[in-house]
Amino acid sequence: MALNRKIAYIDLTSGKIETGKIPIEMRKKYIGSRGLDAYLLYNHVKQGIDALSPDNVAIVSAGLLVGTPASAACRIHVCAKSPLTDRYGSSNAGGFFAPELRWAGFDHLVITGKAPKPVYLWVHNGEIEIRDAKNVWGKYVAESQQAIRDELGDRDIKVLTIGPGGEKLVRFANVMTGLKNSAGRTGMGAVLGSKNLKAVAARGTMDITLAHPREALDYNREFTTQITSSKVSQTQGRLGTPFIFGATNTQGLVNTHNSLLTQLVDSDAVEAEAIDEYITGMASCWGCGVHCRGKFVIPEGPYAGTYDEGPEYTHQVSYGSITGCRNTIAILEGTHLTNMYGIDVLEVGNLIAWAIELSEEGILTKEETDGLELTWGNHEAVLEMTHRIANREGLGDILAEGGFRAAEKIGRNSIDHFIHVKGMGQMNSDEKATPALALNIATSSRGCDHLRSRPAIDLYHLPEDVLRKIYGQPVQYDGPLTSDYRDYEGKSWPVFWHENCYMAVDSLGICKYHTTFLGATHPNFEEWSKLIYLIAGLEMSPLDIWTAAERTNNLERMYNLREGMTRDEDWLVDRYFDLPNVLGIPAVRGLSIDREKFKKMIDEFYQYHGWDENGVPTPETLKRLEIDKEPSHML
Amino acid sequence: MGKVLILDYDKCTGCRECEMVCAIQHEGVSNPARSRIRVIKKEWEGKYIPVTCQQCETAPCMAICPVKAISRDQSLNRVVVNYDKCIGCRMCITACPFGAMLFNGLTQKVMKCDFCDGDPQCVRFCETKAIRYAEPIEQSLDKQVAVADKFIAATQNAAAAITS
Repeated sequence: MALNRKIAYIDLTSGKIETGKIPIEMRKKYIGSRGLDAYLLYNHVKQGIDALSPDNVAIVSAGLLVGTPASAACRIHVCAKSPLTDRYGSSNAGGFFAPELRWAGFDHLVITGKAPKPVYLWVHNGEIEIRDAKNVWGKYVAESQQAIRDELGDRDIKVLTIGPGGEKLVRFANVMTGLKNSAGRTGMGAVLGSKNLKAVAARGTMDITLAHPREALDYNREFTTQITSSKVSQTQGRLGTPFIFGATNTQGLVNTHNSLLTQLVDSDAVEAEAIDEYITGMASCWGCGVHCRGKFVIPEGPYAGTYDEGPEYTHQVSYGSITGCRNTIAILEGTHLTNMYGIDVLEVGNLIAWAIELSEEGILTKEETDGLELTWGNHEAVLEMTHRIANREGLGDILAEGGFRAAEKIGRNSIDHFIHVKGMGQMNSDEKATPALALNIATSSRGCDHLRSRPAIDLYHLPEDVLRKIYGQPVQYDGPLTSDYRDYEGKSWPVFWHENCYMAVDSLGICKYHTTFLGATHPNFEEWSKLIYLIAGLEMSPLDIWTAAERTNNLERMYNLREGMTRDEDWLVDRYFDLPNVLGIPAVRGLSIDREKFKKMIDEFYQYHGWDENGVPTPETLKRLEIDKEPSHML
Repeated sequence: MGKVLILDYDKCTGCRECEMVCAIQHEGVSNPARSRIRVIKKEWEGKYIPVTCQQCETAPCMAICPVKAISRDQSLNRVVVNYDKCIGCRMCITACPFGAMLFNGLTQKVMKCDFCDGDPQCVRFCETKAIRYAEPIEQSLDKQVAVADKFIAATQNAAAAITS
């Protein structure tokens, strides 16, 4: 059954492995994957530990509907204390690993301690084995996966692995599967590396039985069509996420030159159309009809002839606007480097852009950049710096520590130029003109990121009655909603709504591109309620799912508060308030975020959560959500 | 002549949805080990090849079966296994040139594509139409149209070269 996958506790220090069932009550309260991970992290990780010590706990998990007809139900989630931010660490990837983990019998792997030498886990048909990784350690991401397949003699093994970045404890290293699927944010790869855990390999032939197979199939057809019939998904299936760049850059909503600007002018070489010249076709993650992964071969340079997948919007920005580069091949090469080393392209782009600004400002000297000409638009230097970060060479070694720690080492006023929230670098758009999106990044549980509560459809100028239809369920909302993305009023509720939507979709293990993220008509709570019933036989109303998401979002919040987080961390850097847009369409020029109005938005946002003015859940909220006795150590 | 499965390898994005729906249709469970179709993936090269029974007219599996458990069902243009006769010797797997006759370790029987009795679920769920259920002539027609397009383009290029 979709409900009978197990949880395993693996202590790498002692080699002891225990497995157990996940009680149905825990499913109803926390659903699975990211939701249950929030419970597990809060319960298993002690306050104040060093994220790169054996005390940290790495949790690898597959969602409740993974491996079933739920449309792109393929997501794997990795959770631990973040070595980048020292706050909540959480990241999610697609690909083919998560379904294989479920066919091998498991949903959650709770990994503690540190192995005495490099190892990998071999998970197969209900069994887990800790194996020597001597043939795998030191290898790049794709090579690592092939090496494990060769060693175990099964071409169908799926592997979740770290690359050299994770081995070298780059604090924003990815956990990856396949060529490009990356759990990239918050440095989960460094946590695995610190545990001497190179990879988790899975292979299984255990049935996932369905409660109502025939009806589930029929409903999947309907559910999938709801997604793939939309123009946005069709465009994404044709061009991948690079299609987003043109729309946002044209308006002036893209992080450019380390957030000094919001638009890359003369952007032809960075646009989706330029990249498309090199795309030979599209690839899918497991069970996905959107197929947004571009396939390409690098045509020239040191990696000429190399096949890889991507690039994403994030590569267009990191190897484009944020560093001021205009070279299509550099975007392809940057994609390959981040995939190969297993490092977060967002953080890489951010930190290099930051270093460029520091160089331009004279804060970093040429000696400190090891002779590298760090100037806007020098794509060769940006690619070289990517190598140096991954290999921890020179300035790269300092940047590999993440912005906060690097700023301490560089000193002077370098921190004032670092664009971040909670120590995690700015994601690739720029939200000076869009208060709702700014509220998302300021309050996200894992720092500056779009995948925790971004109301992306706020950019679509949807009519109010359409917004009301989306945001008025599964709980009633009668407050203001507006179509203008520059507004402050009526924007806090959508951010709260998306926070719960994304928590639920991550807990189910479905891709965000299959819910109300880029597609305004895509499925959410009501459709999931049907899916959960038909597939898992579990009766959860749309409101039950919403409440479970609220509960688990509160647990993520409680984790951060326990680590010492205060309201001050739900805030933006000064540049957001003090440096108005100078580029883009007339509607966004001259705009920056208004401190007072933004503070009011945060107040509203807290009120919707049932948090006090300090952003702390009130006792009534904890009681209402039945998490007033945490940690309860049920699992 | 009945319809056949037409596989267009260039259109396959490697999502393996066909494997899932096949297993659910036939066994009520999600498990690619129980699927009658299989996508062979060369993921480091980006090549994805769906493989399933070609429903041969002169089927080697049928010829080799020692108990005559395999026959052709002309009404649906398919090769079928009579499980009342099948002894599970797996000779058909040996004989099949496509690897499309499979062995279900859980039921200890061979298994193969049966066109879902005329409504193939792999076709129903393939978003890119990499698998179609159509008359065999359509497969040739597609290729003929592609050749025609190439021919037209070539003559236009030639004409442009002469006139320029």
